[in-house]
Amino acid sequence: MTAIVEIERVSFGYEASRPVLHDINVRMEQGQVIGVMGQSGCGKTTLLRIIGGALRPTAGSARVLGEEIGSLGTRELYALRRRMGMLFQFGALFTDLSVFDNVAFPLREHTQLPEAMIRDLVLLKLEAVGLRGAAGLRPSELSGGMARRVALARAIALDPKLIMYDEPFTALDPISLGAVARLIRTLNDSLGATSIVVTHDVAETLPFVDYVFFMAEGRVVAEGPPEAVARAKVPFVEQFVNGRTDGAVPFHFPAPAYASDLGIGAAA
Amino acid sequence: MSRLQKPLERLGSAVMSRIWRLGFAARFFGYMVLHSGTAFGRFGLTIREIYFAGVLSLIIILVSGLFVGMVLGLQGYETLQRYGSSEALGVLVALSLVRELGPVVAGLLFASRAGSAITAEIGLMKATEQIAAMEMMAVDPIARVVAPRFWAGVLSMPLLAALFSAMGIFGGYLVGVQLIGVDEGAFWSQMQASVDVRNDIVNGIIKSIVFGIAVTWIAVFEGYDARPTAEGVSSATTRTVVTSSLAILALDFVLTALMFTGGNG
Repeated sequence: MTAIVEIERVSFGYEASRPVLHDINVRMEQGQVIGVMGQSGCGKTTLLRIIGGALRPTAGSARVLGEEIGSLGTRELYALRRRMGMLFQFGALFTDLSVFDNVAFPLREHTQLPEAMIRDLVLLKLEAVGLRGAAGLRPSELSGGMARRVALARAIALDPKLIMYDEPFTALDPISLGAVARLIRTLNDSLGATSIVVTHDVAETLPFVDYVFFMAEGRVVAEGPPEAVARAKVPFVEQFVNGRTDGAVPFHFPAPAYASDLGIGAAA
Repeated sequence: MSRLQKPLERLGSAVMSRIWRLGFAARFFGYMVLHSGTAFGRFGLTIREIYFAGVLSLIIILVSGLFVGMVLGLQGYETLQRYGSSEALGVLVALSLVRELGPVVAGLLFASRAGSAITAEIGLMKATEQIAAMEMMAVDPIARVVAPRFWAGVLSMPLLAALFSAMGIFGGYLVGVQLIGVDEGAFWSQMQASVDVRNDIVNGIIKSIVFGIAVTWIAVFEGYDARPTAEGVSSATTRTVVTSSLAILALDFVLTALMFTGGNG
């Protein structure tokens, strides 16, 4: 299979003394829906930002759609991004534009298509996410789930090869969550794209992804098909998948001995 | 030694961060001007921002201009009539407005009304990831969002200052001629004879263009550089109004010294 994303020995830190990613190796195959899971702060969004070219690795190589991200100039990076789509955590719809104009935005910016054709394409994308009837609404009139679906229609407006989802299920009710999860799968298959879903929602994500990476403290601690990884005897993955409050990730933040903090030890 | 070292370190760090930020603002200005092709190539984007920054500021500009002119009429008459030269009221009102109050007060009002709105809008776009989304769609937010707002401000400001001055002169006329009874012919003819196009009107327009550049540059920069939180946007908006107001007053002194001294005025 062709690799769409190849991350080799990538490290990254906002400050040299506090690395966020340590020596990461990741390979993502074409046509798959890939989950990147882990606790908040484990580095999964940073990894997504490196893949999107928003951050450059401090060390290592990141190849995306055949291009070495770290060596691209602004023009080449923008050319690469035209082959990508991204869904942000809360949609990031342009609040001064209608639903229709939001979806039309990338088409108007990057193509010379006549307005009649743009209209047809926008209605096609909105129909795919079930919101053709909401074309005239403003983003402020949409529910969280609807906003996420409009943002998804916008992300696929240019038929991208790689679609990235940053926490797509945050603050969604069960119906909207199911709709977004189903759309991620069906849109990926119908477009022949590759999708990367960064999330910490295990139960919702494992059923529809083809491959999953588990991350902890800036490292990949387990990877593989979801059934295999869910059964893996990795302490962090077991704790994460089963939602246990204590284990590899301790419940208590590091602190001095409880007794000495209460002054009991000193009295004795 | 260490007691002295800490405050010195803090002072040095504060000075360095201010200088760094000033340098960043200068590079931002250069990048924005160089990437203004979209603002002029798709002029509709700039026209839309002229509506928000300019047209929606009209009410506050016109009403303030009228009242400032009326106060000038009252105060000017009170002083001039002591020296028996109340007919010069038109000259006093017109020169005060065209040279100073028009550009300065309109600039201060523009900073409060439009500058703060520009900062808040760009800051909120950043906080809600709209700027990041635009970058991920391979659209340069400085060319698409910032530059049209900048040029809209630069184009709007001289027009607003001219309208402020015109409305102020009308206010001075209402109070001086219609209310107090200064001779109407003297009011207009002395004004026409004494106000010079080159020295007074053009210099006033130059001032308003400079203020427009300063205010809008500060507004777009503060919005783009705002911390992406509610508190960050709020303090960026406050900084825009405070910094713009101080910049207008400082620039006004420098420009006045350059324009109206050395036998010019």
